[in-house]
Amino acid sequence: MSLQAITYLVVGATFALYIGIAIWARAGSTSEFYVAGGGVHPIVNGMATGADWMSAASFISMAGLISNMGYGGGLFLMGWTGGYVLLAMLLAPYLRKFGKFTVPQFVGDRFYSKGASAVAVLCLITASVTYIIGQMTGVGVAFSRFLGVSNTTGIFVGMAIVFMYAVFGGMKGITYTQVAQYCVLILAYTIPAIFISLQLTGNPIPQLGLGSDLVGGDVSLLSKLDVIVQELGFSKYTTALPGSKLNYFVYTVSLMIGTAGLPHVIVRFFTVPKVKDARASAGWALVFIAILYTTAPAVAAMAKINLFRTLNPGLVSSANYDVTAPDAQISYDERPDWMKRWEVTGLLKFEDKNGDGRIQYYNDKSKDPKFAAAGWAGNELTVNADIIVLANPEIALLPNWVIALVAAGGLAAALSTAAGLLLAISSAISHDLMKNIFAPDMSEKGELMAGKIAMACSIVVAGYLGLNPPGFAAGTVALAFGIAASSIFPALMMGIFNKKMNKEGAIAGMLSGLFVTLFYVFAHKGLFFIKGTDYLGLIGGANSFFGITPEAFGAIGALVNFAVAYVVSKITPECPEHIQHLVENVRIPRGAKAVDGSHAH
Amino acid sequence: MDKSGKAYWKAVLTLVAQVLLVWFLVSYGAGIIFAGPLNNIMLGGYPLGFWFAHQGSMYIFVALIFIYAWRMGKIDQKFDVHEE
Repeated sequence: MSLQAITYLVVGATFALYIGIAIWARAGSTSEFYVAGGGVHPIVNGMATGADWMSAASFISMAGLISNMGYGGGLFLMGWTGGYVLLAMLLAPYLRKFGKFTVPQFVGDRFYSKGASAVAVLCLITASVTYIIGQMTGVGVAFSRFLGVSNTTGIFVGMAIVFMYAVFGGMKGITYTQVAQYCVLILAYTIPAIFISLQLTGNPIPQLGLGSDLVGGDVSLLSKLDVIVQELGFSKYTTALPGSKLNYFVYTVSLMIGTAGLPHVIVRFFTVPKVKDARASAGWALVFIAILYTTAPAVAAMAKINLFRTLNPGLVSSANYDVTAPDAQISYDERPDWMKRWEVTGLLKFEDKNGDGRIQYYNDKSKDPKFAAAGWAGNELTVNADIIVLANPEIALLPNWVIALVAAGGLAAALSTAAGLLLAISSAISHDLMKNIFAPDMSEKGELMAGKIAMACSIVVAGYLGLNPPGFAAGTVALAFGIAASSIFPALMMGIFNKKMNKEGAIAGMLSGLFVTLFYVFAHKGLFFIKGTDYLGLIGGANSFFGITPEAFGAIGALVNFAVAYVVSKITPECPEHIQHLVENVRIPRGAKAVDGSHAH
Repeated sequence: MDKSGKAYWKAVLTLVAQVLLVWFLVSYGAGIIFAGPLNNIMLGGYPLGFWFAHQGSMYIFVALIFIYAWRMGKIDQKFDVHEE
């Protein structure tokens, strides 16, 4: 069977599975629609959270980013997992005890203010919509690369599938589909990694393979990689750090608190029966996430070795090897088939700058005179980071079904995250805006219908944005994490841990955290990401705040939020007595009841 | 023994502070601030600082959440605020 046919078969089978689950898990009440009826087992919820969390970016792009960044890529690994420790201890159990459907509802009730709730809705929708654009583009990429259909068709098919299980099934349909999607994506990620680890190190467990010796020698994989990359003018893999150590630190903080503050992840913990389950479930979620996240650095390093071995065949095997020798690099005509296939997609580009017909792939910013002496005229191969995962099985010459599985895995990762985000958006609209602010006397049936319509509209908007990605698509992930870190996380944390925090403090804090972060991001990327409207001069040049990049600025925004909220709460009327009692009640597990949508006062 | 809400909350905050201390030491400490010196120690083929940033922190994060959940369960029982 051809690769194309197998890919259709595997992807088709997974889609049939998702639709089957959708038919089985229809939502009949608002409780089922918003929180899957509140009876999800903590391990099942952990698995669903894993799929919800691991997006197209985690699955497709992260290993490639780590591969390029080396040690510095650890900020994604630590940042996107460390947030779960915060979530488990600081937010999830208390928000579960509070027992309401949505994150803005907690903010609104705790800060006794519809204004606070509205600010939270605004932050939630901005963070989620920006995040969803990346998922839809991911769906388009996976379809067009593997199934040979156009981007547009791919996105339409993706929309239709999500529509089926998200609109009819709500959180219930999404939860059980996410469990299936987790299984697909984790198999798709680990199977190629196991094969490659076996080939390179003889150890089937990638996490151990990365710390082992290469097959047929007593040199460890990482030390070999360090030598190879330095030979080609790159910085040492195990210590390479783009930017300063301070930026690495702050960036990691931003990703951690951003992770803990992303509403589509938080609401997953409203689906478990008890406060106790919310704590354990966060642990299970991280177990399932860590399986992929600890494999990623192995994929990153091993793919890098494989890539260099392909381009410079003698480099990995022999100890004293002259990379600049005239016949050391493969000639373009002899390049392997996978390179030809990926050149078509534009993710891989070759330009013969010195006209010798051979591929010189190296760091052309290196000061080493040997490259110029050998007549190299610049790096000739552009490798898109996404290739590291997508083409990995082909680079390692794995069978076709593994390649097909990677396609299904990429789609599972993108669709599961998109569905989680869509639910967060639609519940904010139907529950927090319509039911709580504009139409409080809406019946449950009416609200369920409103939820489904909001979901359907959100899918159309997400699809539209996926088809016509706005110019700011590249900056969006930074924005989503920046908003979650600087506005939502501090508000929730203060709501629980500082019972004297009042509405004035919380609102001022959220708005100032958000403002500072956006101000800094827009200074670099343009107002609302519109090209040419950046104002770096105003803040004194790029990364002017202690060398911190805009992606890492969420942590600073959060600090501003905490500080402003504290000061404002001290000079405004104290938080009412009954709210302080509410907080005291939220802090103890006893008396937790089923999650519902009613108001606390 | 003091079984008040205040004492319970103090016990919770102490636990949270302990877990956060370990959380900080493995990721920001061993993985970032002291990664350089730790890289002189090898863990198999891994330089130790690199290992903390790319592997170790995540394993310890998982362990921390389960330890937290287990210790919280005990605290809840002790102060009689656990769920029935």
